[in-house]
Amino acid sequence: MIQVQNLTRFYGRTPAIQDVSFEVEKGEILGFLGPNAAGKTTTMRILTCYMPATSGSAKVAGFDVFNQSLEVRKRIGYLPEQPPVYMDMTVKSYLSFVAKIKGVDSRERKNRINDVMQKTAITEVQDNVIRKLSKGYKQRVGLAQAMVHNPDVLVLDEPTVGLDPNQIIEVRQLIKNLAGNHTIILSTHILPEVEMTCQRAVIIHRGRVVAQDTIANMTQHKRSLGRLVLQVDGPGAQVRDKLASVHGVKKVHGGAGDRYEIECEVGRDARRELAQAVVQNGWGLLELRPKDKDFTLEEVFLNLTTEEGGAKA
Amino acid sequence: MRNFLAILERELKSYFFSPVAYVVLGFFLVVTGLFFYNIVNWFDRMSMQSMMMAQQYRQMPQPINVNMMAIRPLFHNIAIIGLFLVPGITMRLFAEEKRQGTMELLATSPLSNWQITLGKFTAALVFYLIMLLASGVFVGLLFLFGNPEVMPILTGYLGLLLVGGCFISLGLLFSAFTENQIIAFVGAFAVNLAILSLGWLANFVGPNLAAFFSSLSPIEHFDDFAKGIIDTKHLIYYISFMFGGIFLTYVTVESGRWRGAR
Repeated sequence: MIQVQNLTRFYGRTPAIQDVSFEVEKGEILGFLGPNAAGKTTTMRILTCYMPATSGSAKVAGFDVFNQSLEVRKRIGYLPEQPPVYMDMTVKSYLSFVAKIKGVDSRERKNRINDVMQKTAITEVQDNVIRKLSKGYKQRVGLAQAMVHNPDVLVLDEPTVGLDPNQIIEVRQLIKNLAGNHTIILSTHILPEVEMTCQRAVIIHRGRVVAQDTIANMTQHKRSLGRLVLQVDGPGAQVRDKLASVHGVKKVHGGAGDRYEIECEVGRDARRELAQAVVQNGWGLLELRPKDKDFTLEEVFLNLTTEEGGAKA
Repeated sequence: MRNFLAILERELKSYFFSPVAYVVLGFFLVVTGLFFYNIVNWFDRMSMQSMMMAQQYRQMPQPINVNMMAIRPLFHNIAIIGLFLVPGITMRLFAEEKRQGTMELLATSPLSNWQITLGKFTAALVFYLIMLLASGVFVGLLFLFGNPEVMPILTGYLGLLLVGGCFISLGLLFSAFTENQIIAFVGAFAVNLAILSLGWLANFVGPNLAAFFSSLSPIEHFDDFAKGIIDTKHLIYYISFMFGGIFLTYVTVESGRWRGAR
């Protein structure tokens, strides 16, 4: 549905994004992650035809965002960081205006507006002037605006900013429900949001893509490198030597009492061999487990986007 | 067309949902009223003098033409008031959209920049027309107490609309330059005055240059309309002036799409 290839954008001589490439399948929710000023908004603005790229190309539904921008704009709903609302209009008349300029047929307009107002839970404020609404309501009006023409693609720049915890849950649920019929790109720096709503994530840092994968793969990424914790009932030094000689074991740290910490060779799972070695010697195998749990997305993110972590990763 | 109408409708609503329309309209009527009062006073004195002269020389009093002596100066004054007020009408058109982020909505909607530009221009023109119609109150008063001719009044209003259209096209352009409404106002106002002063320059240069300079000023072209003459020369001047302003605005907005600086 969305193909982005080697997208680069300079502001003067400073690159905002460089060589950004990713794809989004139809019906998928893609999380677009990155610290502030990583280039999330720039990428989204290029995708929504708000600004051109310096080089590279982006296609939405097969149309080029620059050369066929009108076709792209018909198919895209966009919620910028700052909800693009007219402060002195009422919610209803604002949505009606947006429906008109997005090309919603006049017969369907009323239904569409009622539908999105219901989905974003703003029906009760429909006759209020937007200026007088709270931040959360404004944000939801912005969300309603992005969906009013039932677009194939939704681009949401930090959609849950300014909402209270209940509303955040509602909006996430709403976004989840939209997947399937809509392809969604969701930018955020709130990590649980990505874990909860997205199937895949692109992590961008200093204008470059540093990781892209499914959430599941990202968080399991380094499990095989992990360490094992072993508790053995047996004569200390002997056990230690034996364990160190097991195939696939790189190093044995340890032993606080009868606990050993085993560092495996990269990509090897030595648990089977270790268990065998212990049992064959007649010692008691009390415990054998991987030391590292799955990485949380937060750890992956921090690893990739902070300097010290970046070097380690 | 639907998009153009949607923009036009929203702009007009936004004039009248906010205090802008009422403040501008109010001040316009107060200032026009003051000028009108002075003009009528002056007209009154002229009539008295003419009567006295007539009595002195035992003649029929010279009829004084209401169109020429009252309405024409009034129209001139309205044109000049427009020079001050129109930048106030136009300053928010693009600047406000940029400041509150709604330009992002317009630019990512399937709208052409012509639709946006023309929609906004027309909205300001309609508002200006409403202002002119409101000033009809003063002209109407003259009908109560005198017998002005109708046609020169109509051509005068047409001329005023065209002069206003020029000011609007310039104001629109300055609004497209910036997201700061004050800059948009001051810029448009300064250029309006500068163009007007080119007309005055005609008094101080040789005859050839004088014709050139006086033909630059929108106010100079207005004279014939106020007299009741519709000359294609002036029509072409006004239409090309407006088109120039609108086209430059379009180019400014369109260039934003290329540069991404909006």
